[in-house]
Amino acid sequence: MTIQATDFGLAVAAIIFAAGLVGLLVRRNMLFMLLCTEIMLNAAGFAFIVAGASWASAQGQVMFIFLLAVAAAEVAVGLALVVFLFGKGKSLELDSIVSGEER
Amino acid sequence: MNPALLVSGLIAVAATILVIVQRNAVHALLYLIVSLFALAVSMLILGASFAAALEIVVYAGAILVLFVFVVMMVGAASSTFKPSAWILPALLGAALLAELVYVSLGRPAGQAGGAASVAPKAVGMALFGPYLLGSEIAAFLLLSGLVGAFRLARRDEPPSAEAGKEQSR
Repeated sequence: MTIQATDFGLAVAAIIFAAGLVGLLVRRNMLFMLLCTEIMLNAAGFAFIVAGASWASAQGQVMFIFLLAVAAAEVAVGLALVVFLFGKGKSLELDSIVSGEER
Repeated sequence: MNPALLVSGLIAVAATILVIVQRNAVHALLYLIVSLFALAVSMLILGASFAAALEIVVYAGAILVLFVFVVMMVGAASSTFKPSAWILPALLGAALLAELVYVSLGRPAGQAGGAASVAPKAVGMALFGPYLLGSEIAAFLLLSGLVGAFRLARRDEPPSAEAGKEQSR
């Protein structure tokens, strides 16, 4: 068992990113899709941290802070959009939102 | 490699997979909080203590609370919320807590793990040194996110031509 910490961390980040991507593609609920976007962003940030720790460099954490700002702005706009859509159609299921607009 | 990193990484993967298979949004949020805490513990073990603190404060503390607010607002949480839903997240969280205590007790002070740790001072010097332009742009991004969220979430439209058209219809 000689797994390097960097390899293991990158593998964890890749699996979490893939789980978020699968959730984004499979779930049809707006709230869950937003949640899965957060998971994917978080996985990318963790990959930055692992890479930064691998070289004992602060730049990985700097990139993580930038990603945090992106995630915060994205979730603010996304959740406002969720509340807006719920006020219009009383549903968060994407299929019913789309079919409701076609009518 | 540190075995504590193995445990926290596996907890993070398991909790994330449990997030996307939940039917109830509140359950998914519980598992996502566990996943974020597990990733924070991993970052602590990797030596990124500042990022670990930010992960808890900003992600689990601010973004997830925002999610909980919206879930309560749109009523996505079912009224038949059973307390047994807390068992598995609580078990995963207890495993994380035990690991955190083990890691912090078993190491000398100032060193979270075997990896070389990067002090918050180094992060701050990089953030406001070579990456100053990036910090400014991130600040403007947050401001634009605030303005966009305010515009989208405003309930009562001001009286305008469009609103009058809506009423006459």
